[in-house]
Amino acid sequence: MTENNAIIKLRNIDVDFGSHSHEQTVRAVNQVDLTVQQGNIYGIIGYSGAGKSTLVRVINLLQTPTHGTVHVNGQDLLQLSVAELRQARKKIGMIFQHFNLMEARTVFSNVAFPLLGSKFTAKQRKQKVTHLLELVGLSDKATSYPSQLSGGQKQRVAIARALANDPQILISDEATSALDPETTTEILNLLKYLNKKLQITIVVITHEMDAIKQICQNVAVMDQGRIIERGSLLQIFGHPQTKIAQQFVNSATQLSSALQEIKQSNLATEVYQLNYVGQVTNDPIVIELYKKFNLQANILFSNIEQLQATTVGIMLVEFAGSKEDIVAALAYLDQLGISVQKIDLTQIEVH
Amino acid sequence: MQKIINSWFPNVVVNWSGDNGFVGAIYQTLYMTFVSALFAGILGLILGIILVVIADDGILPHPRFYYCLDKIVNLVRSIPFVILLAVIGPFTKLIVGQTIGPTGALVPLIVGTAPFFARQVQLALLEVDPGVLEAAQAMGMTSWQIIYHVYLKEGLPELVRSGTLTLISLIGLTAMAGAVGGGGLGNMAIAVGYQRFQNDVTFVAMILILVLVFIVQGLGDWLIRRLKH
Repeated sequence: MTENNAIIKLRNIDVDFGSHSHEQTVRAVNQVDLTVQQGNIYGIIGYSGAGKSTLVRVINLLQTPTHGTVHVNGQDLLQLSVAELRQARKKIGMIFQHFNLMEARTVFSNVAFPLLGSKFTAKQRKQKVTHLLELVGLSDKATSYPSQLSGGQKQRVAIARALANDPQILISDEATSALDPETTTEILNLLKYLNKKLQITIVVITHEMDAIKQICQNVAVMDQGRIIERGSLLQIFGHPQTKIAQQFVNSATQLSSALQEIKQSNLATEVYQLNYVGQVTNDPIVIELYKKFNLQANILFSNIEQLQATTVGIMLVEFAGSKEDIVAALAYLDQLGISVQKIDLTQIEVH
Repeated sequence: MQKIINSWFPNVVVNWSGDNGFVGAIYQTLYMTFVSALFAGILGLILGIILVVIADDGILPHPRFYYCLDKIVNLVRSIPFVILLAVIGPFTKLIVGQTIGPTGALVPLIVGTAPFFARQVQLALLEVDPGVLEAAQAMGMTSWQIIYHVYLKEGLPELVRSGTLTLISLIGLTAMAGAVGGGGLGNMAIAVGYQRFQNDVTFVAMILILVLVFIVQGLGDWLIRRLKH
C-alpha cells in the first residue's frame, strides 16, 4: 500500500456552502484527506447530512472545493481546463440513489448516451453497448424504457451507462439505498464482480453498514463534515473507536437490539462485551475459561461475521464465578487479543 | 340543406368567398397564427433555454444576466396586447413596412407571444430531473450536449404541451389583432359581424376559431401521448 498506487488523493478538502450575499456559510466538508488505492473498494459511511455526498462530488469536481487539492488518475483536477476536466470525468463513472436514467430513451440509448461525441462508428457503439448490457445481465432489455424496469434493473442500466467510457473509478452515491435488501445484495455483488473483472476502483457512500460489510475493503466514517475514523473493514468492524462507528457496527450486528432485550427482560446484571477478530469460534473461548478459571460464561448474544475470509465476532456474556477468577479471566482474554468491555446496562436506552 | 344555410346564415353566404370573405379571413388567420408561431417559437425557445441555463442552479449560472432577462420577459409579458399593438407601431413599420393587415399584425404577435412562450419553455425544462442533469455533467457532457440531448429530449413532452398552450393563446391574440386592422376571422367577427349587425357572421367566425383551437389541442395531446414513455 504505497502512495504511488493511490488513484484518488484528496488533501485538506473544505467545502463551504452559502452565497456571497449571505453572511453565514455552512461547512459541509471540513479538512478532509482521502486516499483511495487503485483497485480498492472504499466505503464512506455516515448519517445523512454528514457531508459524504458532497465529498464524493469533489472527486469528479461536480462540487468544487473551497480549499484543498484533488488528484485523480494522476491528474490535478483543479488545474485542468474545462475541456480537459470533461475528458477526466469520462474516466470517473458515477451511479446514484435514484438511478437518474433518461425516461425518454430506451435502455440501449441510455447506455450509449455517454458515447455521444466519441469517435466510435455506429457498429462499434452497438457492440460496446451490447457488451455492457451483457456485463450487467440485461441483454434482453435493450429496447425497453426505464419506466418498464424494476429498481434493481434500473440500477444495472445506470451501472452499464457509468462504465461506457471504460472508467478507472466508479462512484456509488447511495446506489442501493432505494432498493430492497435482496436487490441491494444483487447490486453489491455486481459491483464486487466488476471490481474483480475490470480492476475498477469503487468508492461507495452509504448510511448502511450492511452494504459496507458486504463489499468494502476500507472504510471511512464521516460525521459533521469530517472523517472521524478510518481503517480496514476488519479494523472498523472489529474494533470501532468512535461512538458513531460503534453505532453503525452495532446496527449491522444487531448488538444494540440485543442489549435492549437484555435490559428489558433483566436477563443479566453484569454483562461483558467481547470483540475478536480472526479467532475461530465462541466455543473454545468459553471452554478455555471454564477449564482454566472454572468460570461459567453464559453467552447472551453472539454474532459472527465472515469478512473477507476473516472471522469477526461479537459476544455478550455473563460470568458466573468468583471475583478473582473473573479478573484473571479478563486478563487472559486480553492476552488472546480479545477486547473486553464491561457494559453499563444503565446507559442502555430502551426504545 | 342549402335552404337552411341560406335562411339561417344569409350574411355568411354573401360574405363567404373572395379575399374579403370568410375564405380570405381563414387564410389570414392561419397565416398570422403560423408565421408568428414560427418566429415566436424560435425566439421563445431560445429565451427559455437561456433562462434555464443561466439560472442560479443552471448548468452555466450567470446571476446578473439572469436577473435582467427575467425582468425583461416579465415586463413585456405584462403589457396588455391591445396596447402593445399600438405602442410598437413604429417598430412594426420599420420591420415589415406596414402596420395594418395580417403582415402588420405579425410583429406585435411575435413580440407579445415570445416572452409568454419563453416562460412556458422555462417551466417545461425545469421539470427535467436535476439528477439526470447531474449524471450528464458527471459523464463529461458539454453544455450544448446537455441542452440538446438532455433538456430538449427529456423535456420534449412538456415542451409540446407548452407549445400547444401558446399556440391556442396565439389564436386568441390573432383575433384581437384582427379586430384592430389585422384582418382574419377576428376582423370578420367584429368589423363585419358586430359593426354591421350581422350576428350570423360573428357566430360563424367564432365557430371557425373554436374549430382551429380544437384541432391544435387535439394534435398536441396526440403528440404528447406519442412522446411519453
